[in-house]
Formats: sequence, C-alpha cells, structure tokens
Amino acid sequence: MTDPIEAPRRKNPLLRTRLPTSPPRARSRTSHGFTRAAAEGRFMLQRCEACGKFTYPAREACPMCLSARLVFVDAPPRGTLLAETTARVPSDVYFRERAPWRVGLVKMDCGPTMISHLHADCAEGVAVRMSFQLDKSGQAVAFARPEAETPNMADDRQWREMSADPKFRRVFVTNGRSAIGREAALALKAAGANVVFVGIAEPWRPFAGEELLRGQDGIELVNFDAANEKSTGDLAADIGGKVDILVNTTEYVRPGGLLDRKGTSIARDEIDHAYLGFINLAQAFGPVMRMRGADGINNSVAWVNILSVHALANWPAFGAYSASQAACLSLSHCLRAELRPGGIKLMNVFTGPVDTEWFQTVPPPKVAPRAIAQAVVAGLRGGLEEMYVGDVAEEIRQRLAANPKALERELDR
Amino acid sequence: MTISLRTPYDGIVMAAPVTIPYVRYSIDSAQWWIGRALSAIVAQAGIRVSDIDGLCVSSFTLGADSGIGLTQHFGLCVRWLDTIPLGGASAIAALRKAARAVQARDADIVVCVAGDTNHVDSFRSTLENFSRFNQDAVYPYGAGGANSSFALIARNYMRRFGVTREDVGRIAVAQRSNALRNPHALMKTPLTLEQYLAARPISDPIHLFDCVMPCAGAEAFLVMREDTAASLRLPAAKLLSTIERHNAFADDPMQVRGGWAMDIGELYAMAGIRPDALDVVQTYDDYPIITMMQFEDLGFCSKGEGAAFVRQHDLTVGGDFPHNTSGGQLSVGQAGAAGAYLGLVEGLRQVLGMAGPTQVADANLCLASGFGMINYDRGLASGAAILAGPSR
Repeated sequence: MTDPIEAPRRKNPLLRTRLPTSPPRARSRTSHGFTRAAAEGRFMLQRCEACGKFTYPAREACPMCLSARLVFVDAPPRGTLLAETTARVPSDVYFRERAPWRVGLVKMDCGPTMISHLHADCAEGVAVRMSFQLDKSGQAVAFARPEAETPNMADDRQWREMSADPKFRRVFVTNGRSAIGREAALALKAAGANVVFVGIAEPWRPFAGEELLRGQDGIELVNFDAANEKSTGDLAADIGGKVDILVNTTEYVRPGGLLDRKGTSIARDEIDHAYLGFINLAQAFGPVMRMRGADGINNSVAWVNILSVHALANWPAFGAYSASQAACLSLSHCLRAELRPGGIKLMNVFTGPVDTEWFQTVPPPKVAPRAIAQAVVAGLRGGLEEMYVGDVAEEIRQRLAANPKALERELDR
Repeated sequence: MTISLRTPYDGIVMAAPVTIPYVRYSIDSAQWWIGRALSAIVAQAGIRVSDIDGLCVSSFTLGADSGIGLTQHFGLCVRWLDTIPLGGASAIAALRKAARAVQARDADIVVCVAGDTNHVDSFRSTLENFSRFNQDAVYPYGAGGANSSFALIARNYMRRFGVTREDVGRIAVAQRSNALRNPHALMKTPLTLEQYLAARPISDPIHLFDCVMPCAGAEAFLVMREDTAASLRLPAAKLLSTIERHNAFADDPMQVRGGWAMDIGELYAMAGIRPDALDVVQTYDDYPIITMMQFEDLGFCSKGEGAAFVRQHDLTVGGDFPHNTSGGQLSVGQAGAAGAYLGLVEGLRQVLGMAGPTQVADANLCLASGFGMINYDRGLASGAAILAGPSR
C-alpha cells in the first residue's frame, strides 16, 4: 500500500535548488529495441523466429538455437517476483541520492528472468505486471508493478521517477484559443495539476469556450503569443520557474501545397507560428525546466508537443502545413536531446485531422480535441515519448512502418 | 565414483607464491603492481627474467593493455602468452592453461600473475563497464553493483534453505580471526558475531561484513615441470586435479549452485582423493554466502546443508576445517583480479609450509576454488584445483 504523496509546500527561495543527475545511460545498440517499446508504452521482448523462445537481456543470437533472427515483438507482461533487494549505498550519484532503491528479479511467464525496478506494492512470490519505462536518462528500464491496481499506485516514489504525472504539478498550455488547448487545460487540471497557466494571444478578443477557463479555480489565463519573441520572454520571466509540464498546443493550419499558392506569405505564417514559435518557447522555457528536473515533488518533468501525424508523411492537400509540422518534429528531437540532462521527457502526440474549422472539408474520421487532451494526460502518467491519437494517426503509423512508398502514393489523392 | 579420462598433470608443479601486500587506495597503475609481482617472483625463485618463457595475466584496470603490451613493458620475451579476463575464476583458469603449456613443453617456466590498482574512482568505473548485459540490464537498476546482484541470490538461497544471517556470519567471523594472524590483511580488528549482525545494511540481506573491501594489490605464482623446479632447487607443489565450468545450470531460475556441482566427481577422481582427505580449503569468498554454496557444491556436505556444516565446523587456522587461512578476500581485501589468486597462492604457501603465521600444521592437501563474472543474474565462471605438498 502506497502512501499518497503530499502537496508540495511553497518553495523557500533561499534554499539551493537540487540539480538533476542521470542514472546510468550506456546501452548496447540492440538494447534500444526496449527504448522504442518504452517510448510507445509497449512491452516488447526479443523472440527467436526460428525456435520461438523469448530472451532477455538483448542478444545478437538466440541462446537456445543460435539463430540471429531475434525480433522485438509484443510479449506477455506477466511474471512473478522471485527475490528483491534494497540498494542502500549505490555507487552512482543519481541512485545514491535516491537510496534506498528497491529492485528485484522477475521470472516472466514467457520464459526470461528480468532484473527490474519495483513498485513498492510488489511482493516476493506474487505476480507482477512488467513494463518498459523511460528513466531520467531517457533510456528504457524494466519496471514491475502489482498485477492489479493498488491505492495511490501512481504515487510510488520509484514510479514517479519514471512518469510525468500531472498530480501536484504546474502546467503551461501555450494556446488556449484552440479547442485542443482548452480541452488540455481542463483535462490536466482534472488530473490533479496544482495550476494550469493558459496562454491567450490578444486576450481582449473573445474566444470560444472562454467561460470554461476564465475565473476557474486553478486555471490562470496569461497573455501569450508564441510567435512573438518578446511575449515568450516576458512570460518566461514571470512563470518560467514554475512550469513543470509545458504543453505546446500552438497550431496554425492552412490548406494547400506548393503550386496553387502564390508566394511565401502563408508558408511564412505557418513557419512563424509553428516552427519559430516552438523555438521561442524552447529558448524561453527550456533552460529553466532543464535546471529544475530534480526540484522536489513538483519538479519539471515534461514537454509535450501536439503535432500532425503528417509531420511523418506529407499530405499534399495540406502540404505546406505538413512540412511545417515535419520541421517541428525534427526540432523536437533536438530539444529532447537538450532537455535530457535535466531528465525532462519530451512527448510528441501525433494526431490525424482534428474536428475543428480548419479541417472542415476533410471527411471523417476526425479526432475530437477532448480525445487529444485525454491522451496527453495518459501519456504523461505513463511516461511516454510517442503517442498516436485517433484512427488516422494510428493507421499512418502502421502504413509507414509497412511501406512508406505506398503511403506516399496513397496520400496523393 | 567418476573415472577421469583426462590426461593427468603428472610432474606439473607450482612454485614461488608471491603476494604484494595490499593497500586500500593506490595512486600507482595496475602495470606498477604487476611489475612488483614479477620482480618479487624472479627474486624469490632465483631465476632471471629471461628464464620466463610463458606469461598469463589477469587484471581489470590495465586500461588498453593486455598481456602483449606487458611483455614489452617488462622486457619479457615469452613463447606462450595469455590474458584471462575471468574475474574470480582467473587464477584457476590460468593454472589450468599454464599447466598444459608446460606439460606439452610449449613453455618451461610460466608466470601466472594478477594485479589491480584501486584509484578512488576505479571501483565505480569497473562496475559501470563490467559487461554488456551488466551495462544494459543490471547497472541501470539502482547501481548497487555486485552487492545487489548477490543480495538477490543470497535472499533466495537463504529463504529456500532456511539459512540465517548468523549461519552466514560464522564464515566471516572465522576468516577475520584468521586475518588477525596475517600482517598483510587490511582488516586488523577482531570481528564478533554480534558486530557482524549489527552491521549496517548495504543491499538487503547483504550487510557491511558480507562485502569485500576493494583495494590494490598483486599475486603471482610459477608453473613448471617437476624437473625444472628440481634444477632450480625450488620447493614445489604438485598439481593433482582441476575443473573449470562456465554458464552452468542456465535453466535454474536463480542461482543456488555453481558450476562446481557439475564437475565435482571429476575433481576428486582426477586427484584420487575424497573431500575429507583435504587439509586446508580456500574458497572464493566474494560473499560468505557464496562460500557456503561452495561447501555444498565442492562436496563437503549436501545441497541445503551448508549452514549446518558451518555450525558444525571450526573454520579457523587451528580448527577442524581450516578455511581461507589468510583471512580471505573478506578480511584481506579484494585486489580486483588478484582476488582470484588470493586463495590459490595462500593454498600454495600452505602445502609448501611457507604460510608463516597462518600455517596449518601438516597441511599437505589443499583445495582452492574460483568463482567469477556476475554478467547478469548469476556468477558464470567456476573452477577449482587440488594441490599436494612435496611430501606426498
């Protein structure tokens, strides 16, 4: 049974901020099969295509039959905890300052034994549910939790190192004028965030759903325009030190590709808002978030981007927009690397066309803004790095993996 | 009774046991420590450096060097060379290889040497870079190092066989008593069972006195044929038997036995003795629980009876089962790969009657074992050797 975490007290500005440290980061190349699984919240192990046996840790040949055909596949996540220990004097700084730290050896029902981090409610001889999580180094680690839900499960100290749970954290949603931004703010507040700052450009102009945000307890509207460098700098100076989760909901959607447009003015707007806005945000909020990665219960933990799935595969009907999203996706990988020393997760949420005015002519299925907001919360709670929301996004993920050329041809309709 | 089909080690001997006294931290390199051991062994054996025509080296802290770099470093011209990275099983493996080399006359005088330095940060960096499985699937989990890995093994073993911390503690306490006779042991104060039990936990159920102290040091011995030793007028011990095994019992979900259990019949059959004929036993004691496991796997008692065996015997130098007479790694210190040699070199001193303050009276038959490389969830390498003094 896990004790609930207590709400953080007001920070004493005279005390030194604890700086982030990273758990051991080195991994073999093959082991990054687990990184991919963890990023998407899947439990995958290597299985031999020749003899069918699962193996762990990552290998280059099957220890049963020496076949090299070891493939990462979704694996049954159930196992039994054989033995546990509590490391009290680890040799590495990250664990040393978090000791005592509990680990165990789990016999998986599908065969291998796995050394694993343990949720406090796991007991020897009892079944556990295994998952791969991204630790503060951004690397995959095995984490065993009790098979069934237990009280305050997400408050477990070791689990909270792996997740980015909004509970007690302070969130900044960059654009509350969009339906996605509004739904994200409400969902994060409902998920236990202490406060949600919601950026509103030109706040004197009314916007849809304003009454749901303005004056609500724990929701604070702030004057903000990501495309404006001065605006981002001003707001960061004001609230930058208390943003634990940043949700970048900046959106600028315009239909059209290349040849039917004249000049670069629309493309420039797309780049200004989406790409340069992202740069402004990152430069204003990134450094202090990275510095605050180990700052107590409400340390900074995550940066979320809502991106079109067409960042991964250009959709000519929205061709220039797709390109602006691809630029943001590429930049997000740069930001992920630069935030990594702070242990900050960067999660990209990929969506298909959203049910908003700018996709008015696009046939269904379209994604409801609320579904995106719920995915953001679920992804933060699960500590994920990649999410695909809605049928279109999931289908494109699969088609891209199956045959990128077929997808390219078929998006040209 | 097992019948051994292996070629006997007829006329193969070990000589010139050398220990360079350990220090907790050293600013010198592993090369320096190995150099001291080579210098000492040449002096002790009364040979010239040019007489050495075989070299076998083990170390964790040589950096980019292996045995070949050391030949030029130390001015050795050898015709047989090996580098053995088997951790706690390195000494037994080195002895086995060297014995066959001199038996086949591929070499005449082989130096087997292990040495490691211990800078302030060496231990952590050894843990971090131990093996690929360790890097991928062990070290990122709490970075408890070998302590945590052996804690899991110990916890399972203790629960399964009803072993208490008192049982395990007897081994550590007896070894400390032996160490107090050894002027080179790093641990110089007595240890009581009460102190053992009251020690702070490191990685449950491993507590402070279950752990070895990392240090710097070096150990070495010579392997040659009996006629070579005679011409050099060197006191020498006969090699009767050896075993070596890696990745044994891979299907055991957790380690409750080492590879010895697979080869034990062969070990005694080749030596032509029974376990109760041994005068002194040197086990690999990275943790006392592993020593208890070896009492079972090396045939002194049955599986699960290690605790009772420990309760029923006096493991000190003057006791009925003299064991780890120098104090073992638990009380002398673990000088990296030299830890593998500590028991074998002490055993060699014992059967040659050269052990001085730790000498067991009339020690003639000795068993020394090795255990090493906790690559993932268990120690993979095991080995053992039986030596006999000159009078046998």
